Order: sequence, then structure tokens, then C-alpha cells
Amino acid sequence: MATATEVHHTALTLTDHLPILQILIPFCTAPLIVFFGSRSLAWPMAFISSLLSLIIATTLLVSVSDGSYISYHLGGWAPPVGIEYRVDAANAFVLFLIAATATVVMPFALKSVAHEIPKRNHTLFYACFMLCITGLMGVVITGDAFNVFVFLEISSLSTYVLVSQGSHRDKRALTAAYDYLIMGTIGATFFVIGIGFLYMTTGTLNMADMADRLQGQGDNRTVQAAFAFIVVGMGLKVAMYPLHLWLPAAYNYAPSAVTTFLAATATKAAIYVIIRFMFTVFQPDFVFDTHILIWIIGPLALLAMFAASLIAIFQTNFKRMLAYSSIAQIGYMMLGVAMFSTTGLTATMVHLFNHGITKAVLFMGVGALMLRAGTTFYDRIAGMGRVMPLTGAAIVIGGLSLIGVPGTAGFISKWVLVQAAFEQDLWWLALIIVASSLLAVIYVWRVVEALYLQEPHPDAIHKEAPMLMVAPMWVAAIACLYFGLDTRFILDAAATAAEGLMAGSAGMAEISTAAAAAATDH
Amino acid sequence: MQHHLILRVITKLLVGMIILFAFYVQFHGDFSPGGGFQAGVIMAVAFILYGLVFGLEKVQGVFPPWIVHKLVALGVLLYAGVGVLNMLLGYEFLHYGSLDPHHMSHGQHTGIIWIEAGVGITVTGVMIAIYYAFAGRPPRLGDDDW
Repeated sequence: MATATEVHHTALTLTDHLPILQILIPFCTAPLIVFFGSRSLAWPMAFISSLLSLIIATTLLVSVSDGSYISYHLGGWAPPVGIEYRVDAANAFVLFLIAATATVVMPFALKSVAHEIPKRNHTLFYACFMLCITGLMGVVITGDAFNVFVFLEISSLSTYVLVSQGSHRDKRALTAAYDYLIMGTIGATFFVIGIGFLYMTTGTLNMADMADRLQGQGDNRTVQAAFAFIVVGMGLKVAMYPLHLWLPAAYNYAPSAVTTFLAATATKAAIYVIIRFMFTVFQPDFVFDTHILIWIIGPLALLAMFAASLIAIFQTNFKRMLAYSSIAQIGYMMLGVAMFSTTGLTATMVHLFNHGITKAVLFMGVGALMLRAGTTFYDRIAGMGRVMPLTGAAIVIGGLSLIGVPGTAGFISKWVLVQAAFEQDLWWLALIIVASSLLAVIYVWRVVEALYLQEPHPDAIHKEAPMLMVAPMWVAAIACLYFGLDTRFILDAAATAAEGLMAGSAGMAEISTAAAAAATDH
Repeated sequence: MQHHLILRVITKLLVGMIILFAFYVQFHGDFSPGGGFQAGVIMAVAFILYGLVFGLEKVQGVFPPWIVHKLVALGVLLYAGVGVLNMLLGYEFLHYGSLDPHHMSHGQHTGIIWIEAGVGITVTGVMIAIYYAFAGRPPRLGDDDW
């Protein structure tokens, strides 16, 4: 029996709780929506919850922008024993992207979901959406390797359900969701096998502690196998070429609001995990020594940029074209990683954000077209730019950003990527990046041509989309322009994140010394 | 339809015992193997067995689908609610010790009982919901179609 002890405890304040609230608010909203079971309450609750998430994410991003980090110990158990949430410049940045996208997509979802999904599923749909947000943010915020897997499953399972909701419009959504389920499960299994190997070698699950104990493991085959499993497993979630096969169907058949959210966040969170494992858990030196970046990630990234862009050119459906373009854009992000430099990683982080908002605009445009034209095949959306001027203009801005025209967000990320190439005297790489952007000109032009230079299809409803859809679309479109002109915020945040990542686990010294002290005690 | 007399009688006898055993596993979980998850599954088994023998309509009369949905959510809310309570008491999320700051271990005990109760409720709900979802599907081919 424990005896009464003096309590020395300073009560934690709201600010101290921000990392857990970031996860807890959307997480609790999901069961609350189901518990109340009210169709009219579901959307407002989901919206308020994502708005609160955005406020928290912004606060966290500001407080770690100086390169510091925040650590939250779940249940009061200090790491490495307990689960730790660790917010630093890199993941605060991704958290902000996820929360911001959720907040922008939510108003758009109201009309879009009402149009595409039967009423009886609305409450459960929003509950799943909240779980998906929880999962993605959890993957990003946690500092515990196994916890990443748990949150990955939360986000994946809810994503499968969300994708399958497209089946009320097109039955093929079911096979798309099923394909994604199989591929995603294989990916998650590979990932957890990798974690298992790491746990076997190090005996810890805390990322910082793991990184510390992995040092000096050198040629350990188990560690190398773990690395391979983790990269392939997360590669599947990232849709890294050629592991992308689930993506086009999943994006194409999912409800528009879901596609918008997933395209802007899901693959980005997975890319963050790959980067986090490569540069923090395994040290940059280890990754460099395996030659994986030069021989595998880099060439595949280049292949993605061209192959996926070429496929995108020959699509006849706007939504499917954007899905292939996403695969190509993921190529740019992986290329930034493959360059193995601070500038390269900065390019990846910037593109992560910029591509997120760009795709958000375009997929919301798709949703608006879907509402009026019923489908997004080029022949059916013909001339819709003329009858829906606001939607059309937003799509054009998004398209320009996708190409990387100066003055848009897409230009900034490609510019940093080209800079990274020049830094290493890889002028041919810079040329390749520009050449692949030219492919984007072709597929974006096909959309613009369909939208403006053809006669409207008689079957379409010739009316602008409702304001509730147009407004979020324009918020994202203006963000595209704003971040293309005022680059301070995004470049600074991305550069701080990249520096922290390239430093390996050096930034996690606090735990390392604690672990070393514990080791000497034995 | 009065087939399977033995099955029906034994089921009626067993259902009560299974539920009792579920509660035993639930509340004895902190001293012996068991806990919320196992207890939830055992609890659900009682209803699934009843449904298998007496039919979906009968079991849904006892346990309507809308209650199942609420239970699934309620368990999660109970779990998270304990964590939020710990936060309100000025400690970290799920720091059960805060429930009794002078005897941290007592607090841990109280906390885990509520947490396991939440797990048990949700698992019961989910298992029954899965059974309802599968059992509720109309067969592709009726008996006369063969």
C-alpha cells in the first residue's frame, strides 16, 4: 500500500496541453458526432473542431519556429518509457498544412457531401472524416515509432471508408477502396515489420532514443532490413512511383471533398514520416551509406515526374488527370529528399505545402464541376469555365501553380528545387525539372481548353457553384497566389525544418544524455 | 419453427453465464489475465450466440442497432473523458495518478478501471455492430432460387 506523500506538482496550463489537444479535439469530435447522431449537428461540430485544430496548429508552429521543440508526455510517463508527442519545426509545419486544409475543405464539404452522399450516411461520414484528420495529425505529431503505426491505421481505415462513400455515385469506388485497403495494409504491415526489427535491435520505441541507440550499429543487417521495410512500407502510403497503383482510382472515385482533403494531406503526412525516419531515426550518414537515395529514390522520382505526367496528358477525365499529376508531383518531393542537402529538403517541405494548397484548389474545382456537370470528363465540362467564371478562374490559378508559373506557390517550390540542383552542379537535373514542368503545361492546357474554348454541354446545369463551395476554393486560390509572392513565412518555416532534419538526431540531445546517464547507472 | 430444441434451451442457459463471465473478466482484469477488450468480446459473444440461435430480429429487439452505435461512441468518450478529467486536474492526459494525488497508485487503480470500462463498452458495441452488418445483408440467392 502506498503511503500518503507530499505532492509537488505545478498544474499544467492550457498551453502545456496544446500538443495533446491538437489530437484530442478532432478525436473526441468523432465519437461525439456518433453519440449525438444528429445530422444537423454533425457538420457544425466537425467544422468547429477543425477550426480549433487550426488555431492550435498555428500556435504550435509559431512557438517552434525558432528551432526549439515541445515535448508532451502522455500519462505523465517520461520518454523513452512513455509515449511522447514531440513538436518541432518539421512536424508543426505539416500539422499546420493538415489543419488548414481540413478547415478550408469543411465549408466546401457541406454542399458537396450533400450532393454526392445519401443523407443517412452524413453523420458517420463526418465522424470518419474527423478520425482521418486525427490519424494524419497523430502520425505527424508523435515521437513514438509504434504510435506512428497506430495513428497510421486510424487514418488509413477511416480513409478506406471515406473513399468507399463515392460508391453512391459510381460503384467502382468500392473496388478502388478495396484496392487501397489491400495496398495500404501491405504498406502498414511492412512498416510495422520495420519497427519490429528496430525494436529488436534497440529495445526502445521512442524515436529519439532509438536514433541514439542505432548509432554505431553500422553494418547490422537487421537495421538495414528495417530501413528497407520502412521505406517500402511508407513508399506505398506515399504513392511513390512505382508503388502508386492504388492512388488514381482512389482519388478518382472518392467523393470530391474526400479527394480534396486526401490529395492535400494524406500523402504529405506519409512523406513526412519517410523523411523523419530517414533523417532522425536513421542518421543522414546511414541513409547516405546505403546509396538508396542515389540509386533508388532519385531515379524513381525522375521516372515519376515524367511517366506520371505523360499519363496525365492522355487522360480524358479532369479528376483522374489530377490524380496522375499528384503522382508526378510526389516525384518532385522525393527528388528533393534524394538530393540529400538542406536546400533539397527545404524544397521538399515547401513543395509539400504548396502542392497541398494547389491540389486543394483544383480538387475543389473538380467538386464544383461535378455538382453542375455531373461528371468531369473533358467533353462534359466543356465550356463550363464560361458559365462558372469564379470556379473556372480558380482552376486556372491552381493550374498555373501546378505548372510553376512565377507569382504562384508552385513556382517557389520548383525554384528552390532548381536551386538545390545548381548547388550540387547538377545543371542537367535543373533542365529535367524544367522539362517536366513543360509536361504540366500540356495537361493543364487541356483543361483550360475544355473549360473555355468549347461550347457548353447542353446536359450540364449552367450556373455558378454555390458560394459555400466557391469561397473555400478562392481562399485556397488566394493562398496559392499569396505564398507565391510573399515567401518569407513558408521558406523560413521549411528551412528551419530542413536544418533540423539534416542535423540528424543531434537536436534530441536532451534524451540522449538522460539515456546515457541511465545506462551508466547499470 | 421449433427446431433445435436442445440448442435453444442450452443457449438460454448459457447467455446469462457468458454475460456474468464477461463482467468477471472485465472487473478482475487488473488482477488476472483479462480486461476490457476480452470482456467486451465475451459480452458480445453472448448476444451473437443469441442471434445465431434465435435470429437477427430477436437479438435486435434486445439490442437495437441504434443503441449499438451509441455504445461504440460512449466507450471511446469514457476513455477520453478520463484523460480529459486528468487534464482538468492539472496533470497530463491519461495521468491517472491525478485522480488521487496523495496516493498516486490508488489513482492509477481508479483510472484504469474506468479506462477498461470504456474499452469494454466500445468493443462490445463494435463486435455486435460487425455481426449485425454481416447478418443483416440480404442473401444474394434465396432458398427458392436454387
